[in-house]
Amino acid sequence: MDLKTLTSLSGVSGDEYEVRDGIIKELDSMGVSYECDVLGNVIARKGNKGPKVIIDAHMDEVGLVITYIEKNGFLRFATVGGIDSRVLVSKRVLIGKHRTPGVIGAKAIHLQERDERNRVIPSDQLFIDIGASSKEEAERKVKQGDYVIFDTEYEELSDGIVKAKGLDDRVGCAILLEVLKEPWEDINLYAVFATQEEVGLRGAKVAAYGIEPDMGLAIEGTVCADIPGTDKEFQATRLGQGAALSIMDSGSIPNRAMLKELIRLAKENDIPVQFREATSGGNDAAAIQQARAGCPVASVSVPCRYIHTPCSLMSMSDFEAAKQLVIAFLKSVEGGFRP
Amino acid sequence: MDIKQFLKDASMAHGVSGFEFADIAKIVQERMSGLVDEIRTDALGNIIGVRYGDTTDPLRPKVMLAGHMDEIGLMVTKIEEGGFLRFTQVGGVDPRILPGHEVIVYGKKPLTGIIGVKPPHLTSREEAARAHKMSDLFIDVGMPEEMVRDLVRVGDVVTFKRQVSELTSDVLAGKSFDDRAGVAVMLVCLEELKRYKVAADVYAVATTQEEVGLRGAMVSTYGIIPDIGIAIDVCHAETPGVPDWKTSSMGKGPALTQGANIHPKVYQGLERAAKELGIPVQPDVAPAATGTDAWAMQVARCGVATGLVSIPERYMHTSVETLSISDVEKAGRLIARFISSVDACFVKELKKWT
Repeated sequence: MDLKTLTSLSGVSGDEYEVRDGIIKELDSMGVSYECDVLGNVIARKGNKGPKVIIDAHMDEVGLVITYIEKNGFLRFATVGGIDSRVLVSKRVLIGKHRTPGVIGAKAIHLQERDERNRVIPSDQLFIDIGASSKEEAERKVKQGDYVIFDTEYEELSDGIVKAKGLDDRVGCAILLEVLKEPWEDINLYAVFATQEEVGLRGAKVAAYGIEPDMGLAIEGTVCADIPGTDKEFQATRLGQGAALSIMDSGSIPNRAMLKELIRLAKENDIPVQFREATSGGNDAAAIQQARAGCPVASVSVPCRYIHTPCSLMSMSDFEAAKQLVIAFLKSVEGGFRP
Repeated sequence: MDIKQFLKDASMAHGVSGFEFADIAKIVQERMSGLVDEIRTDALGNIIGVRYGDTTDPLRPKVMLAGHMDEIGLMVTKIEEGGFLRFTQVGGVDPRILPGHEVIVYGKKPLTGIIGVKPPHLTSREEAARAHKMSDLFIDVGMPEEMVRDLVRVGDVVTFKRQVSELTSDVLAGKSFDDRAGVAVMLVCLEELKRYKVAADVYAVATTQEEVGLRGAMVSTYGIIPDIGIAIDVCHAETPGVPDWKTSSMGKGPALTQGANIHPKVYQGLERAAKELGIPVQPDVAPAATGTDAWAMQVARCGVATGLVSIPERYMHTSVETLSISDVEKAGRLIARFISSVDACFVKELKKWT
């Protein structure tokens, strides 16, 4: 399944149905065996010799959930996952299974006090308008608890630069599917399409407990702030400069032997890599590392500008690099690498 | 005429103030052509459709309608290292709607861009508590710098990239309904006029540059020399967080403005037309400037008797302006009815104040 299809699917944390169904259909057509667990993770299997290795990508994306329907038909919502509420104003959204269109309105500039423009609109003052004039009318289309995604189309902006919602972490899901196309034999490969990463790495936590892996590799769409106004030392990663390797983030410190091996493999295979020069943010590697008695982990990421906003941007060359590096690493495990 | 389709097409068309010729003007001209006797344009790009009166009286009254076809937008001011674009606003743009917004940069070809912001992971609590200023923001067109420099120049205009959302069969949300909705009202009115015997010559003007100072209306009124000028614009509809007394209701009929900018007899005439048709209208009171083309029309040459009909709209000057199609249709019908009542006698009365 290509990125365009993957990013078009709806999968706010806890509501990963569409993504899961899509991935399961793809696994079926590829003839790859899998099972689902009680948190909704999809765990695909390949190979049955050697160490147990998890490769993890999360299916969920940040979004909104409807918390209340006002008398006059406006919808109140909460954010699911880390969203800066400043990006929500004047955006289009799709609500619930039937993708009811809505817009996040804001007070007209003409009706604002002079200094209002300098203040952030508090998230409890934001609402979604679906054109309903009463609660009853609204309830014919949406209900409390419906999940909300950004209405963003996939688009290639220039050669290899892609714009979409939810690249964090459909890009990882796409890589996992690619990796599963390879023949794997001397490895017990567990490809975990995880749920609920954005609300606390919860899918990966239970998946890793169940699998009890010997090592884990998280594949992420990660922060990239190589943009004006952000000093070089705070940019984290740079678009088009290769797969990003974590040195340390807020949740885990990658195993040094694994990290060294990834760097060695990148050099040996001419795969462009960069370090993720930030310690903030975390990913499923943290949950995998701490499952049961623990295991070594590392992260390979694709830099994505503007993640956790309605539209993010990535470079296909970074995607390709991350994919190549993951495959090279797993081959190395088959060849005997152990952390 | 399929007014919903026109609203959708017009909303998504490009036409930032001063650049109406790029796209929207063509659409307006095309849709207006079957409804008027002749169409002309002037030096500021106004599109003037003339429907001559149904009498041979050489002293036919002239009624001018004005709906502005320009929209607010952005303009490129600098190409930064890395190919990022800095910009300024054309018309009143609240910078707080911009972060995370998609735009179209009209360079050598239209380019999709993103007004990007740092991800929350790298944003400090203090930063997140501050609203973005326009000067902090930039557009990312996802291209190497050389390519950007080849395709984009300082001064290129930028619009919001925004599909129209059909929220219900009657409610649309999108950009630039301010004031393409007014243009739509004129088209409905012209269509409706086919049903009437009209004494007056009607000048339907899709005006330019309203958002930067009512400039199109200023010069087109001078050129036309109308007896009566009716501006058609949008007004604020109810919005959470805004007191009711500052807004009208969406879907409950057009708003009719009273105040210094409005000739009382034109107001009364519009009100009467609404009553005759059984169209509900909402009162709107403006003590002085209405912020619409009516303000410029009123003082053109030796004065024009003005009226103002407005479509209630939520979230004005955002990219999700929301309105009811029924209000647009009602406004068009009511203005047509009013026009049909205008004759030499009515015009004469406009100067009688005692």
